[in-house]
Amino acid sequence: MAEKTMQEVQEEIVEEFTVFDDWLDKYNYLIELSKSLPVIEEKYKTPEHLIEGCQSKVWLKADMEDGRIVFTADSDAIITKGIIALLVRVMSGRSPEEIINTDLDFINTIGLNENLSPARSNGLVSMIKQMKLYALAFQAKSKQK
Amino acid sequence: MALDIVKIRNDFPILKQTVHNKPFVYFDNAATTQKPVQVIDRMDKVYRETNSNIHRGVHYLSDLTTRHFEEARETIRKFINARYDHEIIFTSGTTGGINLVAFSFGEKYISRGDEIIISAIEHHANIVPWQMLCERKGASLKVIPLNSDGELLLEEYDRLFSSNTRLVAITHVANSIGTINPVREMIQTAHQKNVPVLIDGTQAVQHGKVDVQDLDADFYVFSGHKMYGPTGTGVIYGKESILEELPPYQTGGEMVDQVTFEKTTFNRLPFKFEAGTPNYTGVIGLAAAVRYIEETGLDEIVAREKELLEYGSRRLSEIDGLHLFGQAENKISILSFILDDIHPFDAGMIIDKYGIAVRTGNHCAQPFMELLGIRGTIRASMVFYNTREEIDRLCEAIEKVKEMFN
Repeated sequence: MAEKTMQEVQEEIVEEFTVFDDWLDKYNYLIELSKSLPVIEEKYKTPEHLIEGCQSKVWLKADMEDGRIVFTADSDAIITKGIIALLVRVMSGRSPEEIINTDLDFINTIGLNENLSPARSNGLVSMIKQMKLYALAFQAKSKQK
Repeated sequence: MALDIVKIRNDFPILKQTVHNKPFVYFDNAATTQKPVQVIDRMDKVYRETNSNIHRGVHYLSDLTTRHFEEARETIRKFINARYDHEIIFTSGTTGGINLVAFSFGEKYISRGDEIIISAIEHHANIVPWQMLCERKGASLKVIPLNSDGELLLEEYDRLFSSNTRLVAITHVANSIGTINPVREMIQTAHQKNVPVLIDGTQAVQHGKVDVQDLDADFYVFSGHKMYGPTGTGVIYGKESILEELPPYQTGGEMVDQVTFEKTTFNRLPFKFEAGTPNYTGVIGLAAAVRYIEETGLDEIVAREKELLEYGSRRLSEIDGLHLFGQAENKISILSFILDDIHPFDAGMIIDKYGIAVRTGNHCAQPFMELLGIRGTIRASMVFYNTREEIDRLCEAIEKVKEMFN
């Protein structure tokens, strides 16, 4: 089976979320997903990896493995962690180019955009930005070589 | 006489809606209160019928609006029992007010080595302007510590004074947990040492009678939007004798007397501190809010809020794994709490889905949260238009939160 693209994984997530007709199921699913997040090692939970939101903290680390970026992350809030798990599922193990060139539209489509509004300031907007920045940085680095 | 809650709920049109298909419950009153139709209609009337810039025109509407604006000053003066109208200065809010005093008082009286006393329970608005002032002038801040119930340690306060103390700036009521500080005694203490005092009354004026002369406060600062008035309004009360001495903060129109390119002389109080076109529509709305409070009855409001606090405290303390902060004997109707092993943000997201507005986080009081060793709380701040049924709804939502995250 050919490997799925980022776009395909996003579509897959959207499909999964169509079964939930109320917010409660959706949030319960996010709580479930939070347990599946590849968690950043405790020793890396340093200010360097911290993306501070006003309300919940997010730690994010990126490593380059065989031309692909592997993300690990964590948050002290569970709903935030559940959404990060979705982001990592879409973005981790991808080439920098794919991460840079793919729009992340699934969060809006599944109706979780309220979690991304600046007023909630839970660090997610900064996290997405940071993931893209890592991709840019790794891309620049590989071109230098 | 008890309040007619049906009538009161009708006065606040915003309360009638549904949010997430649930009847809306507004428990974020410490952030801003809702506005009664009496305020909304009054401001509407300004824009529809009388709008004209004040203190300038000779024409009919300018004169009329000027009169309404100055009547508003008189309404506020009476509300807090200031001696003179010109001791009431209109600002954009508490933050604007404290920044004004920090600048003008700082310019006149603060120099290298001086000290300003604040407390550990202040809102950032009553910390940062003083910090910046200290930085500009080479002065330093002294901080009154708290006990774990959120009460200021008065013996420690006494000890913070030195011959370099120039000002005390403390909050009347803490926004994060609702503690009412004994400001009258604290002002006396400061005055015995000839130190003036600024009181941040943002969370106080709408929850109990404030008499600035009885308190003997040198400055008393508050916001309009937290007392059922419009956003962008606020008040500084300052004693005439001190205000006369202070230089202006912002400069421009209205506040000047004579302007030539060589020199400008400034207008008398209170205009010296009201540069530019004031928010007269807002101020007229604020006066309507004060009238609304007075007509409803401040004593009745206080009694109802006390009853809501007692009921809410009892209901919440019955919930397993819930910890209430701020058990001070004297407090306003704020319930600030955490749930064992549940992040306030997670709880807030679910409570929101029940149509209930609470605030989560550090409430712009990070130093205090740090002192408690917590990352923030969930805060339900209630006022007289809230009900027991709404508290019951909050309790249901909290039970749901516990079920989901435990």
